[in-house]
Amino acid sequence: MLAYVVRRALYAIPILVGVNLITFFLFFVVNTPDDMARMHLGMKRVTPDAIEKWKAERGYDRPLLYNAQADGSDRLTATIFFDKSVRLFGFDFGSSDAGRNIGADIKQRMWPSLAIALPQFLVGLLVYVSFAMLLAFFRGSYLDVSGVVLCVVLMSISGLFYIIAGQYVFSKLLHLFPVSGYEPGWLAWRFILLPVVIGVIAGLGSSGRVYRTFFLEEIGKDYVRTARAKGVPETRLLFRHVLKNAMVPILTGVVVVIPTLFMGSLIMESFFGIPGLGSYTIEAIQNQDFAIVRAMVFLGSVLYILGLLLTDISYTLVDPRIRLS
Amino acid sequence: MIQPVILWTDALVFLLVVVVLVFALYARNKEHLRAPWRQVVRSRMAVASLVVLSAYTVTGLLDSIHFRTALPETAGQREIQYSGEVLSVLDTLLGPVRTQVEKSYSAPFATHLYTRESVTTGEGETVRIFPRLQFGGAHLADPAHKGADIAARSAIAAAQAVSATAALYLLAGVMLARRRRRPLFAMLGQLARGETEIPWRTALLAVLLIALLVALLANLSAAYHVLGTDKVGQDVLYQSIKSIRTGLVIGTLTTLVMLPFAVFLGMMAGYFRGWVDDVIQYLYTTLNSIPGVLLIAAAVLMMQVYMANHPELFETMAERADLRLLFLCLILGVTSWTGLCRLLRGETLKLRELDYVQAATAFGVSRATILVRHLLPNLLHLVLIAVVIDFSGLVLAEAVLSYVGVGVDPTTLSWGNMINGARLEMAREPMVWWSLLAAFTFMFTLVLAANLFSDAVRDAFDPRLRR
Repeated sequence: MLAYVVRRALYAIPILVGVNLITFFLFFVVNTPDDMARMHLGMKRVTPDAIEKWKAERGYDRPLLYNAQADGSDRLTATIFFDKSVRLFGFDFGSSDAGRNIGADIKQRMWPSLAIALPQFLVGLLVYVSFAMLLAFFRGSYLDVSGVVLCVVLMSISGLFYIIAGQYVFSKLLHLFPVSGYEPGWLAWRFILLPVVIGVIAGLGSSGRVYRTFFLEEIGKDYVRTARAKGVPETRLLFRHVLKNAMVPILTGVVVVIPTLFMGSLIMESFFGIPGLGSYTIEAIQNQDFAIVRAMVFLGSVLYILGLLLTDISYTLVDPRIRLS
Repeated sequence: MIQPVILWTDALVFLLVVVVLVFALYARNKEHLRAPWRQVVRSRMAVASLVVLSAYTVTGLLDSIHFRTALPETAGQREIQYSGEVLSVLDTLLGPVRTQVEKSYSAPFATHLYTRESVTTGEGETVRIFPRLQFGGAHLADPAHKGADIAARSAIAAAQAVSATAALYLLAGVMLARRRRRPLFAMLGQLARGETEIPWRTALLAVLLIALLVALLANLSAAYHVLGTDKVGQDVLYQSIKSIRTGLVIGTLTTLVMLPFAVFLGMMAGYFRGWVDDVIQYLYTTLNSIPGVLLIAAAVLMMQVYMANHPELFETMAERADLRLLFLCLILGVTSWTGLCRLLRGETLKLRELDYVQAATAFGVSRATILVRHLLPNLLHLVLIAVVIDFSGLVLAEAVLSYVGVGVDPTTLSWGNMINGARLEMAREPMVWWSLLAAFTFMFTLVLAANLFSDAVRDAFDPRLRR
């Protein structure tokens, strides 16, 4: 088991190198640092001096890959590639184009993100599984058909609509929640509740429908028929036999998103004014702060690869038939 | 005088139409290709959503034929000068809806502006009133008669729609009666009772519904702003209709970009295995591990920098916006081929072990032939299902990306831009809600129809579900 985990973890290294090369290519080869400087300083009346100054302040004034003017190992390390890309492997994110320390920002902003994303994930899982089980229990009936129709309708509505409509109804009309904002500590629940509810409703359509097919697939299997023939009551059958087996694809499907919960949701956080990593990313995109976007791309990939690793491990834990090879 | 303009996306859209038509002609005489489609059109839900999708498609295609009009000639001019504004056939059809621009916000069917303005009266006094609109309801002497006017126009619209659908019903009856060699009246009765194999009655009802909507909008929008106007006084209905093309282009061209990657690499990985498989798997795992929105954002940001530094590449604003749209499709395509690629790889791995492929290998059939003749046809149903399922997701994604600020060009009319622009209007008191609602309604209708249609396609093409 340990050897397997180590091997999988080692496999992550070339992938991260690839991610790094892609971002390096996107951010420094497609456009030179000069282009970025010109973009930031405004197109008109840009003097070469101003560009040089902008680059020097942010460390973009070095050669891309190979520094011929430096000595010894500095030839490779005093370059943009080493400074901006290789250092990411040590989780050293450097400072943003606006001069703030990205690592400190991330540490501070991931907790509000988690405060929204974790409850949403857990409540969502509970609601979707219960909903899917309800539909599967009444399969073929009007309840099931209308449930599936509801799912398709919910799926077809833009995620932005849920947020805007939810904010309007609950905050502006009913005054149940504050429209947006955040407060650290226990008082945060007032700000967390609405995003969580909206997030769960927004995901009900697609998840509910997929989980329902998982349940129906299990219900059609032989062991269910055997259990029913032996006289197991339908509710017990559903909860004890089908639920356990249907949870295998459900759980392994959701494990991959657990690490990425830290990253938060871009849209949700920006609408509700939550100072998390999602709104951090959006602000960076809108201010064209490339250093932050680069850091978030790397962080997101690391967390996703961690999720893949956890998925592989959870497969072997919940389903003993799958052997490690 | 007009000068035709072919934008990049126009060319690709029509290429796509040609591809679909060629495939339809090819499939016409192949029973195994026709059978699943016959099953699709037997479903009432699929037929109804197909009618809705066709209405959207026709609008999008009309909006994809672009031209520039000539400027009025000045004395001593040798060559004809063309206007910098690129118009489409749809623009000319919409005519007054496009050109009747008010000063600022006005509610649906309003006759007065939504905001107060200072107006100097005849006695030299300045008062703050809601002024009459320049175009909306301007033909009414007394705005109180609005209700009666709207009712009269709606009645005309209803009559037009019903007569048009009735004509179509008769036409369908005549065609079916001739083909089946049955008396016309029996055929019409059968149609009306919904006893045909293909649910023509459902299709006709859907057509009636759309005809009603179109006729209502056509009759009312000539005199009113049916969905109100936005901040700069532009008609919201016009914006919503123009956004259809953007949504369709993103939903279809992205798949067009993605397909070659996914199909080629997926089949190669599954068939050759070994190091080819390793390389391709590494490629898609790497791309997949970058969070989608971030990769798109990074790529779009870089594209923005490039476009800002090379303004000489674009002749008109429309060309610039169009290239940005095309780039967005490319970027979305590059980030979204991994799922289908993995699916095709798995399926190819399974298929290559089957007897008929083994037999072909034993007979010495070349690898290329095996891939194209024996494997590809058996993968096409997966490709088709993926294409129709992806479509609705991409239309929804456009709105989110435009909100984040990495979507289509701000000058392109799209539902995402409409929603993005209307966000601040929510905070106004009293609230401006019509832009938002219009964008969501148009988008919802398209996505719902696409989802229902894709369900029917999946049921018909997925052999695992076939009984």
